[in-house]
Amino acid sequence: MDRKVHYLPSAKSLALLTCLLFSVSAVMQTAAETIHRERSIYRDITVVQNGNRRCLVFNVHRGDRNQTCVELNDRDRLVFSYTRMSFAGLLLQPQPKMILIAGLGGGSIPMTLNNLFPDAEIDVVEIDQAVVNVAKEFFFFEENDKMKVTVSDARVFVKRAALRGRKYDYIVLDAFGGDYIPEHLLTREFLSEVKSIMTVDGVLVANTFSTSRFYDHESVTYQHVFNEFFNFKLPTSGNRIIITQLSSLPPRGELVTRAQNAADRLKKYGVPLLEYPARLSTRVDWDMSRRVLTDQYSPANLLRDN
Amino acid sequence: MNQAKTQDVPSTVVIAVAFVSGFCIMTIEMLGVRIMAPYFGGSQYVWGSIITIFMLALALGYLLGGRLSMRNPNPVTYAMFFIAAAVFSLPIILFADVIMRPIFLTIDDPRYGSLFASIAMYFVPTCILGMISPYSVRLLVKSHEHSGRMAGQLYFVSTIGSAAGTLGTSFYFVLYFEINQILWGSVAALIGAGCIILLFNYFLNSVAGRSQAQNYG
Repeated sequence: MDRKVHYLPSAKSLALLTCLLFSVSAVMQTAAETIHRERSIYRDITVVQNGNRRCLVFNVHRGDRNQTCVELNDRDRLVFSYTRMSFAGLLLQPQPKMILIAGLGGGSIPMTLNNLFPDAEIDVVEIDQAVVNVAKEFFFFEENDKMKVTVSDARVFVKRAALRGRKYDYIVLDAFGGDYIPEHLLTREFLSEVKSIMTVDGVLVANTFSTSRFYDHESVTYQHVFNEFFNFKLPTSGNRIIITQLSSLPPRGELVTRAQNAADRLKKYGVPLLEYPARLSTRVDWDMSRRVLTDQYSPANLLRDN
Repeated sequence: MNQAKTQDVPSTVVIAVAFVSGFCIMTIEMLGVRIMAPYFGGSQYVWGSIITIFMLALALGYLLGGRLSMRNPNPVTYAMFFIAAAVFSLPIILFADVIMRPIFLTIDDPRYGSLFASIAMYFVPTCILGMISPYSVRLLVKSHEHSGRMAGQLYFVSTIGSAAGTLGTSFYFVLYFEINQILWGSVAALIGAGCIILLFNYFLNSVAGRSQAQNYG
């Protein structure tokens, strides 16, 4: 969501401007080179490279969205602000041992967690085999004895994990479909299932958008299941990260201490952890009267455009 | 029942209820993915399972409905298709979890899980709804020359019903109602359609019976 391709206006009265923009976009297009296309039963995937920046783009008709990028000359560095923001979860759970990540993308979140916590078990669940292929071939993602990918729907994976009694102390929800998070991953029932596979000290980090009307439904639903959560937004990002845990949320002082302890380790990934505690808010900035999303009522993707 | 002595249900009624059946088929189909997503995900293959089972169920329904129309075609049997389809749709509302949970537990592969769950939940009601089309044609057709036109008209209306059901469900109903509320709506519509046929049949024939009795008296 951080970058969008804008199309050119064709008004004749703005011929000069159009001409100028056209040449700029032409330059951009020649600079960003498509290096791979992967067919998928969900959405075709394109890998584009612009100088040292390589990005994974899902082909969406409304305009391309870069889902993950990597700087080839600084591979550890997290390019997107929402990716960096997700590491605020470490302020609640500084030493994760069992990690679950729903949605692989280019694999930057799992790879960073694997680097930071080489002893932690990491399960990644990704619905699309094509994404796994591209992450491995172009984004340096590798499975190892600690980090495994399962190609599955996240809902199915979580249900099965619950049946097996598997528990995680760090869960990242970052699964996006064509438009947004798939409806069945937004409901009260799904979040309850996620809750059932969290350890007592486990943290849940969910990447969402801060778009208007739908934002309220989503917030109300998280509130319903988890009572309270940290709402983490930055003025530079269109994303909103929800961070919560089973026990009550730690006071700000504790977050600051943890940020100070971990800030150095996260520096090389470009995560400004020290800036985050002040941004984690528990203030209700949504309409509490909105309906909770349930398996019976989850028209989330219809609500989004409002 | 003797054909010569009974009044037929008006063709407009047959066409109207065929619209209702087309509408309900697609309403249930469109909700199918949402019903199954908690157990089998929202993947492409869940759509694949549902559409496959609906197509197979309809195919069998057409065949059976056509066969049944050979034997004493009458409005009461016709009405029973609607009521039976409504009754066999009830497990989708009442027992969806009870049906899907054991399938989820026994079948690991969500493709086959969703296929079996689709069979368990949707096959019977969809098959019965499929019987309605050929049976409707039989009730409408009075002569060889008209048969093609009547069949065309019927498929036109029931397919328009399907289109309306698809659009209504996916664009609007899910915005305002819960899945089960929409399904109850379909059940009510099917029972309503069945009752309308029975009422028309009853009144037309009691009136016809009386006038015949007067004529003979």
